[in-house]
Amino acid sequence: MRKIRAIIAKPGLDGHDRGAKVIARALRDAGMEVIYTGLRQTPEQIVAAALQEDADVIGLSILSGAHNHICPRVVQLLKEKGLDDVLVVVGGIIPDVDVPKLQELGIRGIFRPGSPMHEIVEFIQRNVRPGVEQV
Amino acid sequence: MNGAGKGSATSRDKWEREVVQPALKKSPERAAAFTTISGRLIARLYTPEDLEALDYRRDLNEPGEYPYTRGIHPTGYRGRVWTMRQFAGFGTPEETNRRYKELLRAGGTGLSVAFDLPTLMGRDPDHALSLGEVGKCGVSVASLADMETLFDGIDLGDITTSMTINSPAPMLYAMYLVVAERQGADWSRISGTIQNDILKEFIAQKEYIYPPRPSMRLITDVFDFSARHVPRWNTISVSGYHIREAGATALQELAFTLRDGVEYVQYGVEAGLDPDEFVPRISFFFNAHSDFFEEIAKYRAARKIWAHVMRDRFGAKHERSWKLRFHTQTAGVSLTAQQPYNNVVRTALQALSAVLGGTQSLHTNSLDEALALPTAEAATLALRTQQIIANESGVTNVVDPLAGSYFLERLTLDMERGALDYFEKIDAMGGMVPAIERGYPQREIAESAYRFQQAVERKERIIVGVNEYVAAGEEPIQTLYIDEETAERQVGRLEGLRRERDNGRVARALDALREAAEGTGNLMYPILDAVRAYATVGEMCDALRQVWGEYEEVPLI
Repeated sequence: MRKIRAIIAKPGLDGHDRGAKVIARALRDAGMEVIYTGLRQTPEQIVAAALQEDADVIGLSILSGAHNHICPRVVQLLKEKGLDDVLVVVGGIIPDVDVPKLQELGIRGIFRPGSPMHEIVEFIQRNVRPGVEQV
Repeated sequence: MNGAGKGSATSRDKWEREVVQPALKKSPERAAAFTTISGRLIARLYTPEDLEALDYRRDLNEPGEYPYTRGIHPTGYRGRVWTMRQFAGFGTPEETNRRYKELLRAGGTGLSVAFDLPTLMGRDPDHALSLGEVGKCGVSVASLADMETLFDGIDLGDITTSMTINSPAPMLYAMYLVVAERQGADWSRISGTIQNDILKEFIAQKEYIYPPRPSMRLITDVFDFSARHVPRWNTISVSGYHIREAGATALQELAFTLRDGVEYVQYGVEAGLDPDEFVPRISFFFNAHSDFFEEIAKYRAARKIWAHVMRDRFGAKHERSWKLRFHTQTAGVSLTAQQPYNNVVRTALQALSAVLGGTQSLHTNSLDEALALPTAEAATLALRTQQIIANESGVTNVVDPLAGSYFLERLTLDMERGALDYFEKIDAMGGMVPAIERGYPQREIAESAYRFQQAVERKERIIVGVNEYVAAGEEPIQTLYIDEETAERQVGRLEGLRRERDNGRVARALDALREAAEGTGNLMYPILDAVRAYATVGEMCDALRQVWGEYEEVPLI
């Protein structure tokens, strides 16, 4: 059984990377292999990284309000590449009204300010595709 | 920490032995150690022994007197209270113009422009990377035409405006100056601030475009231009705010911010400027976080350090060069999405610390900002918070009311000492630009951010409503929603502009800007020409991208 491989990505123009970096470290400390993409990645770059790194989960950190554009595009590209079993989670400033829209895309892990790190770790461990270390 | 100083074997020791120890046996303290939100260890008690090294004249002195620890004005807020400057901007220039007029009607005394991410990153609204970002985090300003709309009906000769803009600061500053000129305002009389602080972008907020060295040239060009033409303009707001929000401790915020200030002065001097010509127009911007006394000590230490460094390290001769003036904003990062009304209380306490620390201007965050940009009602309540402090609390009656507190003075001295230790490390690396290039402050901050989060996870640090006193089934509150039509409207307006303007004139102005960037002349002049020709922010920034390239950081976790 191999370790969970996670991509943490900062899409869009925003540079506030505190959350992305803290979560990347928390996942690493929880025993996952973590690749942090760095800033200003397009959905295409993120999905290409997921393919190349054989990622089990993609964590998108979005604080700028661009989630309604970025999330559907990432989900669509994953489908096109046959990667629809990759778990997608989103962290950041997501208004209440947008939560159902993201859920309809199949994104169930939506973590807003104040979410405990252990909840994010456990969510990923519970929901990631079979064949990797789970709880 | 409680050790007795010389000749004081003393009532303090006796008290520890005979009073405290028995009391602890009966009822132990709540924790083995007490720390600030930044992890600084705090003793049980502070007494005159903690201040044996303090010399009143040398370390504090009267307000308005060097080294200004007690404030830069002899009368504090008895003459005039701080400027209540609420940062605002969203959607189109028309929408933001309406919000500004509401804020001014509600008694706000200065404006502060929040730009959207495409503007901050030097991209036009129709650029591929702007998708989903137009007007979301601030107002979209793509050209002089948008700036004219933004300040329509607001007399720029009457108010002061702060603009939070960094990499493209020269372009937006030039737009503001042209709007002022067309309103008939005199450049030698108008005042305002541009943030223009690129070092903290590399360190913390990451809204950079060009590599550090050409970025520093843009800043010294603004210093030089303003000293000649817009003498009352604050050419840079050296910012700790974003450094703190990224996870720095209070001490790291203080040290990195002031060391950034030193770097700008150094570059200005190396560009041939006299410190007394441009240092008085440098201002600072700090975060007001939640640990009340540590924040107050931070502001007081900042004034003292700056005065010393400007006088002794740079040989500045005018008192105006020694006086550190600063804006404060309450800590956005401390706001919680849970139980959002609690944020009003947090913000009030943070604002009070900034006032007790002697801030020149203040922004108070709104209760809904962990969820969205603020509604008009939430923004008004945030302004009322400041008005209550100013008019009802009584803290404005006396200058530097907490001076002489054993605890606060000890903390002020410790903050100063700690910041100077950081200065030594950064000086040894060759300054802040080389320190940034090797990722030093970035790593220090990421480390502090992670340590803080771990403390929250372990409940060593309680955040009300988040990891303690949690309420189930909270009702959502009303928040501001920026619709997608903003982007369409801004893109449509830009298409119209590109049809109507003299495109030959734009092309010539952009060529001249590129050429100037390849040389050494002051870039403010060709930027002003391009702005007058209605070149867009994206076009002007692209012209410089072609010459300087773009900066990419190595991602570290």
